[in-house]
Amino acid sequence: MKKALLVLQDGLVFEGESFGAEGETIGEVVFNTSMTGYQEILTDPSYKGQIVTMTYTQMGNYGVNEEDIESAGGPKVEGFVVKEYLPYHSNWRSDGSLGNYLKQHGIVAIQGIDTRALTRHIRDHGAQMGIISTEDLEPESLFEKVRNHPGIGGVDLVRFVSTDRRYNWSEGVWRWRGKGGSGQQPAGDEQSEPPSGTHKPEPYYKIVVYDFGVKFSILRNLAEAGFDITVVPAKTPAEAVLDMGPDGILFSNGPGDPEAVTYAIENAKRLIGKRPLFGICLGHQILGLALGGRTYKLKFGHHGGNHPVMYLPTEEVEITSQNHNYCVDIGSLGDQVRLTHRNLYDGTEEGMEHVELPLFSVQHHPEAGPGPNDARHIFIKFREMIEEAKGV
Amino acid sequence: MPKREDIRKILLIGSGPIVIGQACEFDYSGTQACKALRELGYKVVLVNSNPATIMTDPEMADVTYIEPLTADVLEMIIKKERPDAMLPTMGGQTALNLAVELSESGILAKYGVELIGAKLHAIKKAEDRELFKEAMRRIGIEVPRSAAVTSMEEGLEAIEYVRFPAILRPAFTLGGTGGAVAYNMEEYRDLLEKALKLSPVSQVLVEESVLGWKEYELEVMRDGKDNVVIICSIENFDPMGVHTGDSITVAPAQTLTDKEYQRMRDAAIAVIREIGVDTGGSNIQFALNPADGRMVVIEMNPRVSRSSALASKATGFPIAKIAAKLAVGLTLDEIPNDITRETPASFEPTIDYVVTKVPRFAFEKFPEADPTLTTQMKSVGEVMSIGRTFKESLHKAIRSLEIDSYGFEERDADTDLIRSKLKTPNSERLWYIAEALRQGMSIKEIHELTWIDPWFLNNIREIVRFEESIKRDLNPHNPDTGLLRKAKSLGFSDRRIAELIGITEKEVRDIRHTKGLRGVYKMVDTCAAEFEAYTPYMYSTYEQPVYKIRSQEGPPKNHGFFGPEESGVRGQEIVECEANPSARKKIMILGSGPNRIGQGIEFDYCCVHAVYALRELGYETIMVNCNPETVSTDYDTADRLYFEPLTLEDVLNIIEVEKPEGVIVQFGGQTPLKLAVPLEQEGVTILGTPPDAIDRAEDRRRFKELLHKLDLKQPESGTAMSEEEAIRVASEIGYPVMVRPSYVLGGRAMEIVYDEDSLREYMGRAVKASPEHPVLIDKYLVDATEVDVDAVSDGETVIIGGVMEHIEEAGIHSGDSACSIPPHSLPDEVVEEIKRQARALAMELGVVGLMNVQFAVKSQESGVRSQELKAFEIYILEVNPRASRTIPYVSKAIGVPLAKVAAKVMAGIKLRDLGLASDPVVRHVAVKEAVFPFDRFPGVDTILGPEMKSTGEVMGIDMDFGLAYAKAEASAKNQIPLSGKVFISVRDEDKRYVPEIARAFIEHGLGVVATRGTAAYLKERGIDVEVTNKLKEGRPNVVDLIKNQEISFIINTIESARARKDSYYIRHSALQYRVPYTTTITGARAVARALKGLKEKRYTIKPLQEYHLHN
Repeated sequence: MKKALLVLQDGLVFEGESFGAEGETIGEVVFNTSMTGYQEILTDPSYKGQIVTMTYTQMGNYGVNEEDIESAGGPKVEGFVVKEYLPYHSNWRSDGSLGNYLKQHGIVAIQGIDTRALTRHIRDHGAQMGIISTEDLEPESLFEKVRNHPGIGGVDLVRFVSTDRRYNWSEGVWRWRGKGGSGQQPAGDEQSEPPSGTHKPEPYYKIVVYDFGVKFSILRNLAEAGFDITVVPAKTPAEAVLDMGPDGILFSNGPGDPEAVTYAIENAKRLIGKRPLFGICLGHQILGLALGGRTYKLKFGHHGGNHPVMYLPTEEVEITSQNHNYCVDIGSLGDQVRLTHRNLYDGTEEGMEHVELPLFSVQHHPEAGPGPNDARHIFIKFREMIEEAKGV
Repeated sequence: MPKREDIRKILLIGSGPIVIGQACEFDYSGTQACKALRELGYKVVLVNSNPATIMTDPEMADVTYIEPLTADVLEMIIKKERPDAMLPTMGGQTALNLAVELSESGILAKYGVELIGAKLHAIKKAEDRELFKEAMRRIGIEVPRSAAVTSMEEGLEAIEYVRFPAILRPAFTLGGTGGAVAYNMEEYRDLLEKALKLSPVSQVLVEESVLGWKEYELEVMRDGKDNVVIICSIENFDPMGVHTGDSITVAPAQTLTDKEYQRMRDAAIAVIREIGVDTGGSNIQFALNPADGRMVVIEMNPRVSRSSALASKATGFPIAKIAAKLAVGLTLDEIPNDITRETPASFEPTIDYVVTKVPRFAFEKFPEADPTLTTQMKSVGEVMSIGRTFKESLHKAIRSLEIDSYGFEERDADTDLIRSKLKTPNSERLWYIAEALRQGMSIKEIHELTWIDPWFLNNIREIVRFEESIKRDLNPHNPDTGLLRKAKSLGFSDRRIAELIGITEKEVRDIRHTKGLRGVYKMVDTCAAEFEAYTPYMYSTYEQPVYKIRSQEGPPKNHGFFGPEESGVRGQEIVECEANPSARKKIMILGSGPNRIGQGIEFDYCCVHAVYALRELGYETIMVNCNPETVSTDYDTADRLYFEPLTLEDVLNIIEVEKPEGVIVQFGGQTPLKLAVPLEQEGVTILGTPPDAIDRAEDRRRFKELLHKLDLKQPESGTAMSEEEAIRVASEIGYPVMVRPSYVLGGRAMEIVYDEDSLREYMGRAVKASPEHPVLIDKYLVDATEVDVDAVSDGETVIIGGVMEHIEEAGIHSGDSACSIPPHSLPDEVVEEIKRQARALAMELGVVGLMNVQFAVKSQESGVRSQELKAFEIYILEVNPRASRTIPYVSKAIGVPLAKVAAKVMAGIKLRDLGLASDPVVRHVAVKEAVFPFDRFPGVDTILGPEMKSTGEVMGIDMDFGLAYAKAEASAKNQIPLSGKVFISVRDEDKRYVPEIARAFIEHGLGVVATRGTAAYLKERGIDVEVTNKLKEGRPNVVDLIKNQEISFIINTIESARARKDSYYIRHSALQYRVPYTTTITGARAVARALKGLKEKRYTIKPLQEYHLHN
C-alpha cells in the first residue's frame, strides 16, 4: 500500500499507509470512540473541517451501503485516520468497500498508525490541526504547512454544508424484515412482515428545519414523529420561515464554532417566542447565543456513542450519541432557562428549556446515527410542545 | 437511590463444584459480590460446596458454609442465620435453580427472606421456554418458531408452522444426543419417528433451524431506576449450531453496522425490561440470518454468566461487583467507574482493541467421546486474549491455549480430510481453515462448508499469506525491520516465525532485540483512552513508532510523549508504552492459564493467595494470566495485571519491562512450572524451591537416587524406549503394571495393564515411545491405599499441612479419588511414618514453599488388618515440589491458608515467624469428593482409572467420617441412599467384600438386588437378596428396575476391558436416570459408613469460621 503521513501542529509525526484518495488534507484532528457507524460519522456534516480518528481499530468490516448515510454527496470529514483498514467487508446490506468509497469521494485516509497514542496525545494536549498527505512525504514540509494554517476557530463552516435550496422530507427511519426493530413497530401477525426499507408516516404538523448541516437521522426521526418537514438553507431569513407558516422550527446540528454563524444567531433571535423551537447540537448553541448566553470550546470535544446524560427532572440516565467541540454555558443565560440535561462524564451542560417560551434544546444527538436510541423520545416531546402551543 | 437499609444480612449462593458449563467464573462473581456487599456494610452469609474457591476463604464472607447446595441444607442455614435477603444471581444455574426451589416450596416466605437481583417471576419467565416465547411475542421480538410434540400427528401439525429446515431434539436424552435436522417432509417423518423413540418421555422439540446463522451476545445491566446499559457485544466466530461456550468468540461485534447493532441493543433492552430482571446483569443471545438480517432472540440468562465474566475482563467493567451493588438499591450513576475514578458506572464501555476467546477442550481424556461440537457444551476451559487487531488477538489466543501450538501450524491433510474437518465443527477447525487457505480453497467454499463469516476467514487468509512473505523475504542474516515489525503486529510468535524460516526461537528474539522490536503495553481502560485510567490492567502489542519534528522557531507549545530536553530537527522514534513500571519492590506471579482436567481453579486459588500474601508483606504484585474466568485476572486482585499468554516470549517481554525481584512459578500448576528452567536460563530469579529440585523429583533416575539416599521405597519400575523393551521390563516387574508417557499432567494416557496383549495394544495406541519420550512402567500395587500429603517448608522446618487418605484404592488418579482428612482408617503409627518420610523428602530436596507427596500403603497380610507399623509397606509414588490440586481443600480443612504461608516463606519469612510451629491437628473430618463430566460425553464409561477425568471437587465437613462423606456425596450429586434398593454387581475378586457391605445396607433398611452370580454368593452367606436379570437374560432386567426408579444406588466393579463392555449398560443407565453409583469396593464401604452416620444422626451445619475457632 502507498505510504501516507499524518503530522500534527505540534510536530508529532505518524507514518502509515494510504487507504483512501490520494492527496493532501488539513483539518482539526479529533477522535471518535464509537465502535460502529463509520459511514454515518464520515457523512455527518458536523465533521466539516475535521479529520476524524476512530479509536476502535477494525474499520471497513461491514463495507458501505446507500442507506446509512447522514448527508447527500459523500463524506464531509476532511480526512480519516484508523488503526487498521480491512479491505474485505461482510454484511448483507453492503454494496462496496470503505476504501473505494473514500477514493470515489476524494477523502484522504491513513491507516496503520498507533491511533491510541494519537488519541492519548489529543486527550492530554487538546484537539489541534493536522495534515495527512500521500503526496508530500517530507515530514518537515508538512509540518510547515500545518503550522501556518490558521485553524478552524471563528470560521463559519456551516456555509459549506448547508443546502442551497429548500426541500421537503418525508422518509421515516429504516426498518428491516423481522420485528426486532427499535421497538416502534407494533407487534403483529408474523405473516405480515413488511419489506425492508423506509416508509412514509402520516404527518400531523408542519415544521421547518434550518439546515446548518442537518443529519438525515434527524429528518427521519422528525418524520417518524409525525411532521411534514421543509428543510431550508442556513441563511434563510426568519421572516421567510415564518411566512411558510410552520407549527415549529428546528435548529439543526452543524460544524464548527457557533459564534461564527452570526446570521443564524440573528435569525434565531427573531424567531424566539414566535414559534416552538427545538435545537440540536449547533442548533442548541445557536439558541444559547441568541438568548444572550455564551459558548466555550472543550479541550478535545465529545465524539462517541457512550456518554451518559442525565435528564435532570426525572434523574433518568440516557446513553447518548455525542459530537461537539463547543458547549453552551447555560449559567450565563440566567433565569430565563432551566438546565435539563447534564453529562455525567464531565458534568458539562447538555440541555435546556426556556422557563416561559416553547423552546428547548440539547447538546447531544437524540437522532443517534450512529449511537444509541435512548434519547429518541425527545422528538415526540417536540411534537407535544407544538401541540401544547397550539392548544391541541 | 441510596443503598437499602431494610436489609442487613444477605445470603449468597455459590455454584458448587466446577463442571462443564459452570467453572471458576462463578468464584470470580461470588468473590466480587462478597467484597462489594461487605464494603457497603452488609453481613454476608455464603454457602458453597466447593472448597477450591476464593469466595469460601473464611475472610471473604462474615459466615461461610461449605455445605451441600441442596434445599434441605439451605433451609437449615436460613433457619439458623435468618438472612433478610438472598442473592441468587451470582452462582450460575445452580444458585438460580435453588432460588426457584426455595421460593416455590415456600421456605423463603416462611423465614421472610427476600429474593434480590432477580425475582421468581423473572427467573421463570427467562427460563421457561413457553413463558419466554410468550413474553417475546408481547414485545414484538421474534424467537425461532418451535413446538414440543409427543406424536407423529402433532409433529405433522407442528411442521406446517415451523417450516423447513427444522431441528428435532428428543427431550431428556443424555448429553442432548439424538438431535437431527430435517430438510424435507420424507426426512422429517423418518427422523421424528426415531426421535420420539429416543426420548425417554417420547417428547421431541421441533424447531426452526437457525444453524449457520450469525450468533451474537449482549451483556446488559439494569438498575432499580430502570436505567439500562450494554456492557459488551460479542460476535461468535463459530455460527449457530455450536454452543457459545464451545465457540470462538470475539468482542466487540465485528460485522454489524451501527443500525443493526442499535436494533439489537434496543431489542436487548426491551427483553431485560419485559422479563423483569430488576437489577443486575443479564446475557442475551441473538441469531441473525446472514442473508437478510432477520434477527431472533435465542435465550436470556437472568444472572451473571460465563459471558459476563468474559465481558468484564474484555472491557474492564466489573459486572458482578456492580450487579451486587445494584441488587441492594444503588443505581448505576451512583457507582463510580473504578478504572477512570471520575466517571460513573452508568455508561457503555468502548474498547480500542479486539478480544478473542477460544475454548479449551479435553477430548484426549475421553477418547470414546464424540469430539463434534454441538449445542451441548463440551469444553472444559477457555483463554482470552487482547490485541489491537483481530489477527493479533487470535494469534495470542492460540498460543495462550497451551496445546503446543504457536500459530497456524500446517496440517497434513488432503482435500477430503480438510473438507470434513471444515464441515463438522471440531476443536481443530481453526487450523484446518488455515490449511484449506494454504492449499488454495476459496473463501466462498470455506464459508459454504463452515458458515463462518467471510470477514473472519479473510483475516485468517491474510495471516496465511503473510506466512508466505515471512518465508520468502525474511532473511535471518539481514532481516528487514519493517517486515519483522509487521509480522509481530499481526501477532506472530517468535516461535512460529522461527519455524517458518528455520531458525530457533531464541535467534528470532535476538534479532528482534537488535532491531529494537519489543512489545509495548496498552491499557484496558473502559473508554478507549478518552479519560485517564488508574488501574494498571495491561495487554501487549507491537505498534508503529512516532517521532516529533521540532520547530526551528522557538520551543514547541507542549511536550506530549517527549521530554523538553530533546534536540535536533527530527526526534527519536518512540513506540508508546503505557506500562509505566514503579520503582517498588515487586514480585511477579505466573498464573495457570486455561482450565483443563488436572489443572483448574485450585491453582488459580493458590496464585491469588500468593498475591494476597506478598501484598501483606509490602511487595507490589504482578499477575500474568490469560484465563478470563478467574479471580486472578480481576484487575482488583494484583497491583498490576498483564492479560497475556503464558509463553516464554510473552513472559520475558513483561519481565524486561517490569524487572521484578523474582518470579513465582510454583502456584500455577504445570503451566508456569514448564517455564522455570527456560526463565532461569535467561537470568530470571525463580523464587522458592530451586528449579533443579523439580528436576530431581521428575527425572526418574535422579528420583531413584534420591529415594535410595533416604532409604525410602518406591514400586518397582523401569523405562522403555520401544514396545519390545516395554514388554521385557513389564515381565521383569510382573503384571499388573501402570504405564504412561514421561512428563504428564493429570495422568494423561496412563493405564493399568494386566497382561502382555494389553501392553502391546497400549504401546501401539496410546504412545509413540522414543528415546526423547520414553514410556514409564511401574508395578501396580493391587489393593493399596493411596495417601496424599501436602507440606510447606522454609528450608529448615517442614509443616505437614494435611495427610489425606484416599477412599478409592491406589491406581485411581488422586484427582479422581475421594479422600479424608484426617485419615479414616490408617493407624496413627503409619500416619506418623508417612509424615516422617515427607519431611525427609522436603529437606533433602531443599523445598522452599509447597510440596505434595503421594504414597501407597499396602497391608502385608491380606485380609486381616494389623495396626502395627511393621504390618504395612509404605511406597512413594510421586513427589511434586509445588502447589498441588489439594492445597485449597487442605487449607479449608485445617484452617491454615497454606498457599499464603508458602508465598511468604518464598519471600524469605520463616515458618516460626508466621506462628507455625507444629503440624495442625483437626478434631473434625473433611472429605473431598471429585465431580465428573460423564453426562456430557455419552458413550464414555464411568469406570475410574489412572487417567484423571474429574473437572471439579466438593468438600463435606462434619464431626465424623460417615457424615462428612455423606455431605461430600450429596454435594457431588451422588446422594447416599436412605431407602430403596441397592443393586450390586461386582467382579469375582471383590465378591468376598460384598457380604459385609450388603449387611450394612440391609441393617439400615435398604433392600439388595443382584445379578445371578453375586446373588448366589450372598445367599450362600445367608443374606437376603433379590435376583434380577442381566440385560441379555430377559425381562424384567436391571435396566427396567433402574427406569422404574426402584434402584436407589448401584455398586458395580469390573476387572478387565472386556468385562467393561459387558456391564457398560448398567453404568450408562445409572448416568441417564441419575442413580447414584460407585465403581469401587472402597467407595461402597464408605457409602455404607455414611449411611450408618445418616441413620444415627442428622447433618449438622456449622460455619467454617467456627470449625477453626481454636486456630
